[in-house]
Amino acid sequence: MPEVAVRELTFAQAVREALAEEMRRDPTVCIMGEDVAEAGTPFKVLSGLVEEFGKERVLDTPISEAGFTGMAVGAAMTGMRPIVDIMFGDFITLTMDQMANQAAKVHYMSGGKWKVPMVMRTTLGATRRSAAQHSQSLHAWFSHVPGLKVVLPSTPYDAKGLLKAAIRDENPVVFFEDKMMYKLKGPVPDEDYTIRLGVADIKREGSDITLVATSSMVQVALGAAALLEEAGISAEVIDPRTTWPLDEKALIESAKKTSRVIVLDEGYQRYGVTAEIASVIAEGAFYDLDAPVKRMGAMHVPIPFSPPLEDVTVPTEQTVFEAARAMCGRE
Amino acid sequence: MTIATERSADANTKADQNLRFYRQMMAIRLFEERVNDLYTRALMPGLAHLYIGEEAVAVGVCEALRPDDYITSTHRGHGHCLAKGASPDLMFAELLGKEAGYCKGKGGSMHIADPATGNMGANAIVGGSVGIATGAALSAKRLANGRVAVCFFGEGALGQGSLYEVMNLAQLFKLPVVYVCENNLYTEYTHFTETTAGDILTRATAFGLFAAQVDGQDVRSVHETAGHLIDRARNGGGPAFLLADTYRYTGHHVGDINREYYRSKQEEQSWKSDRDPIKNYSRWLISQKLADQDRLAQIESELAIEMDKAVEFAIAAPYPKPEEVDQDVYA
Repeated sequence: MPEVAVRELTFAQAVREALAEEMRRDPTVCIMGEDVAEAGTPFKVLSGLVEEFGKERVLDTPISEAGFTGMAVGAAMTGMRPIVDIMFGDFITLTMDQMANQAAKVHYMSGGKWKVPMVMRTTLGATRRSAAQHSQSLHAWFSHVPGLKVVLPSTPYDAKGLLKAAIRDENPVVFFEDKMMYKLKGPVPDEDYTIRLGVADIKREGSDITLVATSSMVQVALGAAALLEEAGISAEVIDPRTTWPLDEKALIESAKKTSRVIVLDEGYQRYGVTAEIASVIAEGAFYDLDAPVKRMGAMHVPIPFSPPLEDVTVPTEQTVFEAARAMCGRE
Repeated sequence: MTIATERSADANTKADQNLRFYRQMMAIRLFEERVNDLYTRALMPGLAHLYIGEEAVAVGVCEALRPDDYITSTHRGHGHCLAKGASPDLMFAELLGKEAGYCKGKGGSMHIADPATGNMGANAIVGGSVGIATGAALSAKRLANGRVAVCFFGEGALGQGSLYEVMNLAQLFKLPVVYVCENNLYTEYTHFTETTAGDILTRATAFGLFAAQVDGQDVRSVHETAGHLIDRARNGGGPAFLLADTYRYTGHHVGDINREYYRSKQEEQSWKSDRDPIKNYSRWLISQKLADQDRLAQIESELAIEMDKAVEFAIAAPYPKPEEVDQDVYA
């Protein structure tokens, strides 16, 4: 984060600004997806782009996720830098062949001859009362596939810098935005900047326990850290920012420093991002740990509709606070 | 060692083009016979899906393309790659998993790709490249480079929903793409009538695509019709669909030997004796006094020597080093 005070943007404005700047910089950048033009998507993240760049570069598509994602792969191979918009992260299931079997493998299968510089923007996050098919956080699926990069911004500043880096990357990059975070405000500089993919960021320094948190869970972790401070516990919050490439070194260093780690991620906990990061830390910091690494992710249930049911499926400031306090022996 | 890229020097006259059709079809036939030989002698790992019997489709279509036009191919793709200009030596090397192969041995028979000849890759997911070809056409239109994309697929891909998604998209965006459906009658081990309801051409015309059907055993007919559809696409007329009726002489793959549970030897024999694309075309060339038997035999023996040399090259070529395994995952 830069030291000089800068203007504040919402997360959605930061995403839009990154897209607009890259589209001005590079005429091969285009956007494809459902209701991306005049509608600006249901989240209004893209409002104004079609007015500036026209319908040739902001392409409204039919509701055909597999079809237009496949087109993006081919367009990326032949000189364009397409950005596909998958409205809800749950719909990535419809694009799986194109992403996992085509985009991810074209470069390798061709012996490095073809490249697929495309970005898929999509969303994650529950607690919007959207039920089981509009609430999932499925970034672990793409993180599992060699050839893809997966980005999980947690602040407006990170969103702009990481998205610009993703657009300039020569590989297929999947960019997950927390749909509950679009109105979150934060400082975002005017100037052109990028954030290299694969570099973790310490969102809060601490010495007693490390909270590794991604995307939506970063705000939860920061809230928990504030509660922990009142209880006399100093929590460090570190955000890997990308699940692949993964900044293993920074995560292990933080774990060695504090000796206790909880990994937070809104994806399903079972076979999820938390498991991978926990194992990286367990292998890399074993002799410095005072407790087994703990994982906190989404419960292994389809996301329910009813608010009292939905609210217990994901970690909250309070549950993270309690788990961290227990791990530090302060119950 | 290229075959198709001789085009510009060779195609000055109609007579030369007539002989090229013959040479190209014969090259594919001789290539595939050697693949069969390599495979049955256990020199080739994996699977080999032969194109023998279908040569007129690839040659008729690709002879109507410019060198910088795009194709996407299938698991049965050797013919498409050769017809678009691939070198037999580098293809054989890839088939044997050698470093010198088109994909450094990382792709194999089902993934040959070569940007230099516009070959965006053979694809081992049935229908997996329909989006890629359509995306290449999107690039061609946006970048206004006058290129056309041809998407080859077998009638088995008619069962994949993504084909209908991209035909809809191609027509909406008026993209220069030609979908070439090679109906070789068998979806692996099942007659296509058992898997394909209704009419094939109307599946394309329902979206407003221009659709045509040709005898895929007649290279002149394929070339004329494909040429019309390709020119039309290049001139802004939009996407088209070409249905080519053809026949796969051998099994689904080389190991598919006992085929009588799905088709009779008599059926196979009648296609080979009555509808062989090379025999029938040779007869026509001779009847039109465009070549005599000696000239055709001379071309065949020249090609046989070239193919044998290509096989020798591939057998002698070194394998990739194990440490190359994680190269080319990311660009």
